[in-house]
Formats: sequence, C-alpha cells, structure tokens
Amino acid sequence: MGEQDKMTPQTASSAPDAQKPQTLPGAEVLMRALDEQGVEVIFGYPGGAVLPIYDALFKQNRIRHVLVRHEQAAVHAAEAYARSTGKVGVVLVTSGPGATNAVTGLLDALMDSIPLICLSGQVPSSLIGNDAFQEADTTGITRPVTKYNYLVRRPEDLAPAVHEAFTIARSGRPGPVLIDLPKNITVGDAPYVAASQTPMRVAKGTAEPDREAVKRAVAAMKKARRPLFYTGGGVINAGPKACENLRKLVKLTGFPITSTLMGFGAYPGNDKQYLGMLGMHGMYEANLATHGCDVLIALGSRFDDRVTGRVDAFSPDSFKIHADIDASQINKIIPVDQPIVGDAGRIIEMMIEEWEKEPAYAHQADLAAWWEQIEAWRALDCLRFSQDQAPDAVIKPQKAIQRIYELARETGRDTYVSTEVGQHQMWAAQFFRFDDPNRWLTSGGLGTMGYGLPAAVGAQIAHPDALVLDIAGEASTLMNIQELGTIAQYRLPVKLFIINNHYMGMVRQWQELLHGSRYSESYSDALPDFVKLAESFHAKGLRATRMEELDDTIRAALEHDGPVVVDLCVTEGENCFPMIPSGAAHNEMILGPDQEERGAKVTREGMMLV
Amino acid sequence: MQQEAPGSAVISLLVDNESGALARIVGLFSGRGYNIRSLTVAPVDEHGMQSRVNIVTTGTPADIRQIKAQVERLVPVSRVADLTADGPHVAREMAMIKVVSSGEPRTEALRIAQAFRARAVDTTASSFVFELTGSTDKLDSFIELMRPLGLVEVSRTGVAAICRGPQTIQSL
Ligand SMILES: Cc1ncc(C[n+]2csc(CCOP(=O)(O)OP(=O)(O)O)c2C)c(N)n1
Ligand SMILES: [Mg+2]
Repeated sequence: MGEQDKMTPQTASSAPDAQKPQTLPGAEVLMRALDEQGVEVIFGYPGGAVLPIYDALFKQNRIRHVLVRHEQAAVHAAEAYARSTGKVGVVLVTSGPGATNAVTGLLDALMDSIPLICLSGQVPSSLIGNDAFQEADTTGITRPVTKYNYLVRRPEDLAPAVHEAFTIARSGRPGPVLIDLPKNITVGDAPYVAASQTPMRVAKGTAEPDREAVKRAVAAMKKARRPLFYTGGGVINAGPKACENLRKLVKLTGFPITSTLMGFGAYPGNDKQYLGMLGMHGMYEANLATHGCDVLIALGSRFDDRVTGRVDAFSPDSFKIHADIDASQINKIIPVDQPIVGDAGRIIEMMIEEWEKEPAYAHQADLAAWWEQIEAWRALDCLRFSQDQAPDAVIKPQKAIQRIYELARETGRDTYVSTEVGQHQMWAAQFFRFDDPNRWLTSGGLGTMGYGLPAAVGAQIAHPDALVLDIAGEASTLMNIQELGTIAQYRLPVKLFIINNHYMGMVRQWQELLHGSRYSESYSDALPDFVKLAESFHAKGLRATRMEELDDTIRAALEHDGPVVVDLCVTEGENCFPMIPSGAAHNEMILGPDQEERGAKVTREGMMLV
Repeated sequence: MQQEAPGSAVISLLVDNESGALARIVGLFSGRGYNIRSLTVAPVDEHGMQSRVNIVTTGTPADIRQIKAQVERLVPVSRVADLTADGPHVAREMAMIKVVSSGEPRTEALRIAQAFRARAVDTTASSFVFELTGSTDKLDSFIELMRPLGLVEVSRTGVAAICRGPQTIQSL
C-alpha cells in the first residue's frame, strides 16, 4: 500500500460530466465545505500552520469561532456541544503542539462515541518528514484515537475529505475524525466540490437491523419472568425519537430499566420503572436486578468493565439480548444469546412492533413478584447518608450535590450538567436525575479529569439561555481551569461548583480501601483561593463551609446572571457508596455505613430469592 | 459460550489503497494485543486502487471473531473474510533459503531440495539459494531439514491465501 498519494475519494474521475468546479484558496474551500455541512461554531486556537484558515474565518460571518485557552479544552467543548445538540462538534488546532494537545480530547470522544471533526494545521507538504518547526506526525499520532483521519495531500482532495469526514463522524457509531491540512493546501487554490458530488464510503452499522433477530429477542422478552432493560449512550446517539420510543417500550412491557453513566436521560430519571445507574457506583437495586434477572436487554450499551464487575459473575442466569450499532461490541466482553446489529432507535421501534403482536405477555404475576423484590432492594435506600444538620456542621459532599440538584430543579430552567472525574462525578451520577436526553455531559470511557469546565463552555455556547452547571472536584478542575478565561471572554453564565474535599477523593478512597490508608500523593495541597481566582477571571466567587451557608450560596450562584465559581468546602474523608470493588461481582457490593447492616441481610435474602 | 481451543486463522482483507491503511491495520492488531504471525500486502485490482492483505493470526474462535469485527470497523477496509472459518481455502507462501556447505551435506541438501521440488535459484561453489513454494508446514519442515546442512539465511513472504472453488472474497 505504500507510497501512493491516494487519499480520500477520487473526485476527478468520479464526476466527469459535472462542470469544471470553481477554484478558490484552500482555506476558503474549507469554509464553504464546513458551511455546507451546517457548521455554526468552531472551537479552536490559532498558530502558524492554520493562519490561512484563521484569515478565511475572519473574512466571513456565517461560522462563529470560540477561542479556548488550551486545545484539549477545544475538543471537550466541541464534545459537549455535540452531545447536547446532536450535531457534529468542530475543532481547529495548529500543527505540532496544537495537535498533540488535542489528543486526549479525541480519545475521550472516541470512547464515548461523540461525533467530532478536528481540523489540524500541518507544515507544508514539501517539509513533511523534515522535522520542520512544529511538525508532528499528526495522522500517525491520532490514528488510534480517531475513528478515521486524513492527511490532505492534493488540493482536489480537500473538499471531498471534509464532506466524507462529516459522514464518517456522524454515521454508524459516531466518533472523532481528524483532517490534517498542510499549509500549502490551505494557501493554494483548490476546487470546490459539493457534498452531493462527492462519492463517499458507506458507514458501517447503517444497515437495517435483522427482523428475525428482533423477533427472537422479543420472543425471549415475552418469556421473561425477571426482565431488565440495560440501556446506554447508544440510545442517546440514536436521537430524541429513539428516547421517546424507549419510553414507550418500557411502558408497554412494564419491565424495569437501568442505565449506564452515558445513557442518562434516555429514560426519565424520576420514573418509578427506572432503577438508576448500574455498575461500580451504581444503585443497589440496579445491580442486584442485573445480577438476578432472567432476561437482560442491552440497548446501545457495551458491557464496560465499570458496568460488569467480575465478568464471569455478571448476570449469571440471564438470557442476554444485545443491540448495538457496532458489531465489534457484541460478544466482546460478555457472550450474548441474541445479538442485533443496528441503530438502537430502529431496533427499539421494531421491538415495539413485535411486542404488540400476539401472543401477549403472560407472566404478569412473576413480573409483579420481581417488582416486589426490586422494591425491597430499593427500600434499602442505598444513597442515604447522614448529615449533621447543625448550622455550623461541615457539609457532606453528597449533601452539597443533592442540594445543587434540588435547587437547580426548583428554578424550572432547562439544565445541562457537566462533571469532572472522581467521587463528585459518581455522586452527581447518583443524585442527578434527568427528564430528557443530551443534558448530562461526562467523560465516561476515558474518565478525563479536566473535562467538565470546557464541556460547560461547549454546552453554554450551544444553549445560551440554559442553565449550565459543572459539578467539579478541586483537583480535576485545576486541569483546565484556564477555561475561566474563555468563560469570561464570551460572558458564559456557567456555574462551576467545586466540591472541595481537599483530596483527589476517588484516589483517596481506593487508597483507604485497597492500600492500607496510605494516602500517597492524593492530598490537594497548596490549593488556590477559588474565590479570588474566580474574581481574577472576572467571575463571581462564592464559598460555603457550613451547613447554614449551603442553600443560600447555591441559590446565589444559580440566580447570578453571569459566571460563578462556588467553592463548596466539604468533609474530607467521605467515600462513595455503593461500590463494587474491581474484580468483584454485583452481589458483592460494599454499602455505606448507614446501610451496611441491613444491606448484608437484604443481600442474603435477595440471593436466596434470585 | 464455551471456551474454545486457540488455533491459527488466515484473515484476508480488501483495503482501499491509501497511505496509512496498512498502519491502521497493524496498529489495530498491536493496540489490541492480537498476534500477527505473517502478513502479506499487494495491490490486486487493475487500477491499483485496492490491496489485499492476508494476515495469519492466532486465538480462540471467539478471539478471531472479535479480530474480524474490529478490522471490519476500519473505514478503508471494504471486505474481511476469515478464510479458515468460511470454508476450504488454499494458503501458500514462498521462501528463499540459503545453504552454505560442501561435501556430503551439500549433496544431501540438493537431494532434499529435489524431493521437496525446491528450485535452486542461485548456485555457487559453496552455496545454494533454494526457492520453495507451499504450505507453511511444508516450508517449516524443509527449513528444519536444511538446518544441519548449512542453512544460513531464510527469507519468507508470509502467507497468501484464497478460498477454493468459484467463490471469491467478495461473495463469501
Ligand atoms: C487526567 C487524569 N489523571 C488522573 C486521573 C486519575 N484520577 C481519577 S479520579 C482522581 C481524583 C479526582 O480528584 P477531584 O477532582 O478532587 O475529585 P474527587 O474524587 O475528590 O471528588 C484522579 C487523580 C484521571 N481520571 N484523569
Ligand atoms: Mg477532591
């Protein structure tokens, strides 16, 4: 395969009859192609290799550019923009360090199936391979962190590469696509080719799902006595219609439903058929239901190790149905009985059609008993914690997060929530419940500290009138704290809530549980004064340290018409429960101190029942 | 699903002939910890737009299915076949084997080469280069036999494979 410079679809030969295409400077061809693809916003950061593109941006006013303060942040912002709108996010970075800074974000998007286009500058073609200034082998470096990437070597490949990149990014299982643009390509003239004139490779996973497979799946569902839906980000990616149909299917069947971290909002979080998140820090009832179910219906979820715990003990007695758009996810970790390859939305639709056919579901009595069992597990109230209510009591992190959720809900505003990574993320996942999809923005697959603040930027740019919260840890937020500059520049009224436990809490928790409480390097020493930090970034800074200040401080933050940083000083030693220690099974959950005793008993009883 | 015994499999792909395509395939194998025993690549269509890649890999049938599914995801890959699982196939490779010896070992080497139908493509007073085409097993046994007879260097192509009968990789 080798040396040929054959990149991208061959346009010249493919449209012989079309009139001779218009020729423009490459950077302008790029702008036109982005415009044709419906791009409204680009998150980026300039540099030598992309100056021609910045010049073209300057000369037009259809596409808005948002200047971030670090290229990693550009990618996270674009991810959140994409997740919260269903559109493709677009990033623009310069060559060398600009591109390498974007790598973490690209992998984050790949793991969480987020459609993105990353445009990176490159040194002129003639200098590639010469260790030129700010040269990096960007396609080489990003190959394993993108769904696909291009190095555009010929002017006639530019527009087709952009069009095909968008198709690849958004179709099948979505993901990030990078286009590396040598400077001579953006400076020199290139023909403009419309998307309709571009031959594109068909995306995988777009075929109609196999009706027979759906029929067999539904037949198994009709025989189920202890069924469970287990849904994930694939349903969100399938779109609002898929989420609507999921609600319909769950209602029709009367089955319980649990969700992965990536799937929040696909099904209403406060509905009583919803058991909450499953997995390592999932709900007691969700995990025991997963362990005890007899038919498990996985829709757009991929049996991640945070979900399964010990693989050979995962949902041991169930008939497993797995619907996924990406065939390589099926049987990858957990062998399943009925695979269905295709779009989750289409599969759910077909499941509804099949469910409504005869024979009707005949195990209502068993299903009722199953619900009774689930209610018994639920009664343990696995998230319950004790909070000293004295006015000067120290705030527990759970309390802080719970109140942010409740008070944000009281505002009645459309709310988008991003998180950083750590205990606060898991508590947010436990306490926040979403009525709608696309509102929850978190780094699931990669667990990238520093995701939340730039994600809040992306969400607020996409939804200027919405309430956008970042639930952060004091350690994570420092990883992209420079984005307070972006927030200030664009006057984004983002509310950054720092759950400040003075520890990399999640690390501290594992050290306590697994490493004899040797807290090696997990203390957050020498923290900045977050209030002053906020002020120096032209934001409002607030702090709460005692219970009596908690609600007022949160309210003040929510009411303020501008960016706010809230330093919520909480207890240091709190652990996040329930927890399935890694390598353990779902029925070996560790519970919080409040539930431990009753839990042991309930678990034993539960085990006898299922 | 039962744990099945590991074995070797020949996977054949048709790939758009673009730069980086091979790196994508090889990177996928190394990144996911799959083994590559041998690898052959060459353009195969009349315009040189597509290359065929043959990879010999090892794993349980479940591993091989996973490898195939992962390779199928790659954008420039238009066709993937597990020739070992998809029916009878022919798999051949070519080797050039250099033997430096004299006297009895030299005549013995030539005699064995004849028995294997290996061709001497280069001959000097002290050396032979034998060319041999056949299954991997056949090449392995020939090389083993040459080892005590002055074998100094081996160059092998890796496996090229195709399914038997009128079927093609496109129709599999
Ligand atoms: C970029 C990156 N580096 C390291 C980690 C490992 N890690 C996971 S959680 C965590 C601690 C996070 O601390 P903080 O933001 O204060 O959140 P807390 O757990 O205290 O709520 C660390 C270091 C990571 N996930 N991402
Ligand atoms: Mg912390």
